Amino acid sequence: MPLTDQDFAALRLTLELASLTTVLLLLIGTPIAWWLAHTRSPLKGPVGALVALPLVLPPTVLGFYLLVTMGPHGPVGQLTQTLGLGTLPFTFAGLVVGSVFYSMPFVVQPLQNAFEAIGERPLEVAATLRASPWDTFFSVVLPLARPGFVTASILGFAHTVGEFGVVLMIGGNIPERTRTVSVQIFDHVESMKYAEAHWLAGGMVVFSFLVLLALYSSRRGKPGLG
Amino acid sequence: MNAALEPALADRIHARFRLGWGGFALDVDLQLPGRGVTALFGHSGSGKTTCLRCFAGLERAAEGYLAVNGELWQDSAAGVFVPTHQRPLGYVFQEASLFPHLNVRRNLEYGLKRVDASSRRVSWEHVMELLGIGHLLERMPGHLSGGERQRVGIARALLTSPRLLLMDEPLAALDLKRKNEILPYLERLHDELDIPVLYVSHAPDEVARLADHLVLLDQGRVVAQGPLQQTLARLDLPTALGEDAGVVIEAYVADHDQAYHLTRLAFTGGSVLVARRPEAVGQRLRFRVHARDVSLALSRCEDTSITNVIAATVCELAAADTPAHLLVRLEADGTPLLARITRRSSDHLGLAPGLRLWAQIKAVALLGES
Repeated sequence: MPLTDQDFAALRLTLELASLTTVLLLLIGTPIAWWLAHTRSPLKGPVGALVALPLVLPPTVLGFYLLVTMGPHGPVGQLTQTLGLGTLPFTFAGLVVGSVFYSMPFVVQPLQNAFEAIGERPLEVAATLRASPWDTFFSVVLPLARPGFVTASILGFAHTVGEFGVVLMIGGNIPERTRTVSVQIFDHVESMKYAEAHWLAGGMVVFSFLVLLALYSSRRGKPGLG
Repeated sequence: MNAALEPALADRIHARFRLGWGGFALDVDLQLPGRGVTALFGHSGSGKTTCLRCFAGLERAAEGYLAVNGELWQDSAAGVFVPTHQRPLGYVFQEASLFPHLNVRRNLEYGLKRVDASSRRVSWEHVMELLGIGHLLERMPGHLSGGERQRVGIARALLTSPRLLLMDEPLAALDLKRKNEILPYLERLHDELDIPVLYVSHAPDEVARLADHLVLLDQGRVVAQGPLQQTLARLDLPTALGEDAGVVIEAYVADHDQAYHLTRLAFTGGSVLVARRPEAVGQRLRFRVHARDVSLALSRCEDTSITNVIAATVCELAAADTPAHLLVRLEADGTPLLARITRRSSDHLGLAPGLRLWAQIKAVALLGES
């Protein structure tokens, strides 16, 4: 067996982390993307830039600030302690929070693009056909933005699977709790176990390729409003 | 003042909208009949679409009041604003704007199933037959022609049994052939359904053919409003219709002349002969007489090829679109007529209000010809 129990634990943890992060990001990212797509507020620029920050920041920077903020002396840390939740760094929950920030642009941007591509007209048409705004969202926006949601989910999931810096900064390296595949590979390499590293690393390459293949093959011409 | 509506307004539409942005301002106060087709007519940029969007609640006028046949939809003074989806209206956009992810049937059902069964007054069968779309139900919008799409868009709006139908240049995106394909459907709509229609257009022919009531808009303001015939014949309006100045006459088929292949159309004040019409005797028809197609004579000349000569009285003279011309408003026993003649001819004939003369009509444009 080329993969050890620890490898499997790391894989399971990574999948759990990526799935949970993706679900949370769809819930949080949809309203943010909707707001960005429709607002005329002057805050649009700053908020858009803030969401996009993880694209350019080294993950260690993001991880560092999250660590400080969520740590025992940080504002979020103080809050979670007051609520009796302890502190988030070096827990799975902390990893989820970090991943949500880290993968945010990969979910928000495809959704924002999809919402902008739909435009105002279908929403107006739905309103003149007696659909309330919520009704319109589920009966018109969701189906029309489906390709955007598919892209957002795949990118959010895949990007979370691939994170390393943030995990290392706020998760540490605790087996079965915060040790994800990327950290496990790092461990293998550090201890000169190249064969083990190969199995996991090669697996990641295949996984990433398949994800992107699925993504690009699913991108067909989007129908416009008839 | 607040929301209480006088009973006298129960079958009228009263709208007052004021809004402005950038360099554009809309400031209108409209009193419209609660039935028939009202055309909002004006050049592009005159604010007619914005005005229509205010009726729908898609645009929220800073100062607005809208009561439709006794129901209050908006009153900014009282803080009333019924959101679009709670207004019993139908809206037909310039492009049909069908939902691309739904086939024709589900597009049609979208509005229908969101309306209480108890308030449905327009039947599915009637709409299918009225717009001739029964055979398209399983198609996707992408596989329809422009004209078919627009008919489905109109049907979709009708199926919500609207109490006011708003149409924003529904024919503007179509070529002449498609236009002529849809116009008869719109005329049937007018004749068969008792739904007041607000029809935005910049095409004089569409207006003349469909409208009963006319609102002329220019730069966000109402230039004139009133019944179609009287409003078209007014001379004090800026020549919004330009060279197209003319009147619309509602007539009926009086008889057919089999030998010469002619049909006589009669109206209050006279009759005209036109090339043989397929319509039966008694059928109502509208025709348009352009001011430029009417010449004036002091006596009835018999030695002319012009067949249509009508006795009329001069009511009023006004400047036309060029300094060389005058517009003359005539009345033939209650039916208004416009003539565009040169200032020279006018002086030559000694035209003055009250003068009886003969209006020679060179051409009659029948509306409703497909």
